[in-house]
Amino acid sequence: MAIHVKPILAALRRHRIATMLIGLQVALACAVLCNALFMLSNRLDLMRKASGVDETHLVVLTLKSNGKDLLPDTLLRIKQALRGIAGVESVSMTNAVPFTAQTGEMGFRSDMDDPRYNHEGHFYVADNDFVATMGLHLVAGRWLGDAEEARSDTFLPSGPSILMTGSYAQSVWPGKAPLGQVLYTDGAQRQVVGLIGDLIRPNPEPTALYNTALITGEQVVGTVFVMRTEPFNRDKVLRAAIDTTERLAPEVVIDETYTDTLSALRDAYFASTRAMAGILCGIIVAMMLVTALGIVGLASFWVQQRRRQIGIRRAIGARRSDILSYFQTENFLIVGGGIAVGMVMAFVLNLVLMRFYEVPRMPLAYLPVGAVALWLLGQVAVFGPALRASRVPPVVATRSV
Amino acid sequence: MFGYYLELALRSLKRNRVLTVLMVVAISVGIGASMTTMTVMYLLSGDPLPGRSSHLYYPQLDAETGKSMVRSHPADLLDYISARDLWSGHKATRQTMVAGAIVKLQPEQSSKRPMMIEALATTSDFFPMFDVPFKYGAGWRPEDEEARARVAVIDADLNRHLFGGANSVGQTIRIDGNDLRIVGVLDKWRPSPRFYSIAGGHAAADTSDFYKPPQGVMMPLPTALDAQSQFDWFNCWGDVDLKHMDAAKCEWVGLWVQLDSPAQRTAYREYLAHYDAEQRALGRFDHAPNIRMMSLMEWLDFSRVVPQDVQLQTWLAFGFLAICICNTVGLLLVKFLGRSGEIGIRRAMGASRRDIFMQCLVEAGTVGAVGGLGGLLLSWVGLWLVRQQKVAYADLATLDPGMLVLTLMLAIGASMAAGLLPAIRASRVPPALQIKVT
Repeated sequence: MAIHVKPILAALRRHRIATMLIGLQVALACAVLCNALFMLSNRLDLMRKASGVDETHLVVLTLKSNGKDLLPDTLLRIKQALRGIAGVESVSMTNAVPFTAQTGEMGFRSDMDDPRYNHEGHFYVADNDFVATMGLHLVAGRWLGDAEEARSDTFLPSGPSILMTGSYAQSVWPGKAPLGQVLYTDGAQRQVVGLIGDLIRPNPEPTALYNTALITGEQVVGTVFVMRTEPFNRDKVLRAAIDTTERLAPEVVIDETYTDTLSALRDAYFASTRAMAGILCGIIVAMMLVTALGIVGLASFWVQQRRRQIGIRRAIGARRSDILSYFQTENFLIVGGGIAVGMVMAFVLNLVLMRFYEVPRMPLAYLPVGAVALWLLGQVAVFGPALRASRVPPVVATRSV
Repeated sequence: MFGYYLELALRSLKRNRVLTVLMVVAISVGIGASMTTMTVMYLLSGDPLPGRSSHLYYPQLDAETGKSMVRSHPADLLDYISARDLWSGHKATRQTMVAGAIVKLQPEQSSKRPMMIEALATTSDFFPMFDVPFKYGAGWRPEDEEARARVAVIDADLNRHLFGGANSVGQTIRIDGNDLRIVGVLDKWRPSPRFYSIAGGHAAADTSDFYKPPQGVMMPLPTALDAQSQFDWFNCWGDVDLKHMDAAKCEWVGLWVQLDSPAQRTAYREYLAHYDAEQRALGRFDHAPNIRMMSLMEWLDFSRVVPQDVQLQTWLAFGFLAICICNTVGLLLVKFLGRSGEIGIRRAMGASRRDIFMQCLVEAGTVGAVGGLGGLLLSWVGLWLVRQQKVAYADLATLDPGMLVLTLMLAIGASMAAGLLPAIRASRVPPALQIKVT
């Protein structure tokens, strides 16, 4: 089917304002759509990041402390009692688990002579039951042995060795084998003896996900208890854990925010991300709808205005499909013009957002995605009016409407 | 004339209902989305202390030792020694130290479980300086700080929880094992953001926690130090003893000063520089001066307190509004030019171009007014949705009277602007031609 673009363009020149309006609307929609889609996919990506632990098996109980009310003895008694709950396979005491409060953030150096702490990561500090309870696995090297046990109750316990998330260690020592490297914190140095699979930090962000290290030791105490159980047992274990703790130590305060199944804690952590994703979806849908309605409105008007011309064309031999394709092509051209401008605007908008906010650079692949979406939208929106146009009978040509 | 145009507008709007509904919906949705986000932006980026904020300043310096490089900005908080020295220098009209802490509250009745709550360790100037409203009693006196008196001020919520809202001045509460005598109960006080304890904003991904309500308990800083409260610390270097924060190498105290005149500000900046030099001479500081003093609003701006998502939403909403207006321009054009016949007749019967132009603008304005009402309804729904979110500022998102007026004005203004081009086109319809054709 030969599509005659020239007469369409000639006709459009007679409706410059209306054409430009639709084009401008499509351009704006393209700019917003590309950026909104990009932001949406960033958020969906973040929410899908694997935590590196057996989420569906874990229940968390967190205590709130004022720094002196929780004696190690109390914590050990609570751990002992939690282990006795029916259905609990193992219990670990730690400073944090994924999706609880960040408690072990620390700057460190990968080079002893560096004046700055050029890296920053989250240090999980936990007892020896942590690895089995969370379901961590080793990528290279070995676990921490009893001989290098972490000691003392300072912020970061002392000990000669440390485990790190493998991918993170790679980025700290690029181009080197991370195993055996030394990590310098204030007044202490630790050798990386093992690399573990991606273990997410308690508060993952797009720019900081797996920058974690792990220190385990028999003497470590913490205010976060994590229990491993079968998925169907989680709710029962959670209730029993709260009851047990309140009965055993009425003086302690349970942190309700961080006491739940790990799956629920994950949901809660991403609540605001999810809300933003919902808002972005809403804006995308509303914008597409408004744009489509605008196209329907203008196209209907044009069809109505050109009834006589359509009739004449039909009378001199144009088929219905010719009329239909005329309007579809016309829309394709207008939207195409809008998209061309819109893609440039989308790119500029992304640059502006990058300048003022923590928005990463938008991959250029989003531009054609937005373009195709708007092209399809235009074709669908114009189909109704175009169909009506194709049904204009040839006899109209002989009447003066 | 306006009445007549209005009548014509209503008739015309009734004639083509689908088009009218389309326009009204487009305006409503655009206005609703942008006003919801604008209201949240406005409430979060406003001045927490109108009239006073321009007199409040936040002196900063960098006490961290042992680095070979000077930071690009001074630390967000001060170490205790610097804060106390500057505070006790009394060089400003008023000055106060602020530090956040987590404390354990043991209720008197054994039936209630202990609670861990946020506390603020501060000094007596805090209350008059920040215009804090009291329901009962008042803040403590400067003598109480020197005496390290065991006194406290509690907020209305905690007073309701512990004492059923009654006047509790003179009662005691048990904080971290110490009995503190209540000297004052706050009235409703909800500064947005909680401006006096903001640190780390410029590096944070999510700043919504800066909009938490004020701490439930406030007590003299020396008293809290005595009790070895668990203070929030921002940065520590060297061996850290969190139980003795008065000597710890940590940044954890904020200092606010009230400076009423430009001369006073210059003098205070000099005082700050002098103190910094003196400390270097004493050997306590070991690097080049890194001092700064921002006003309250400058500090909030620097800390980028307004959450990024809120700002992004506002951008998107206004982009959306632009699309909706574009859409309305197109539809109005269709509508007016579709009536070319009618307009031609009116022109032939003596209506001037101006009359046609005005008539079209009134019609556009009418669409805007109806759309504005719809937008108002939608922003009311939008703000309700914001309040359902689990963010610290959720309770702040309420319809603002100023915003309400602005919504309607924006809607009518936007639709009139949208009507401008179509109205000009319509007023150019020649009289005779149209009669001939139809």
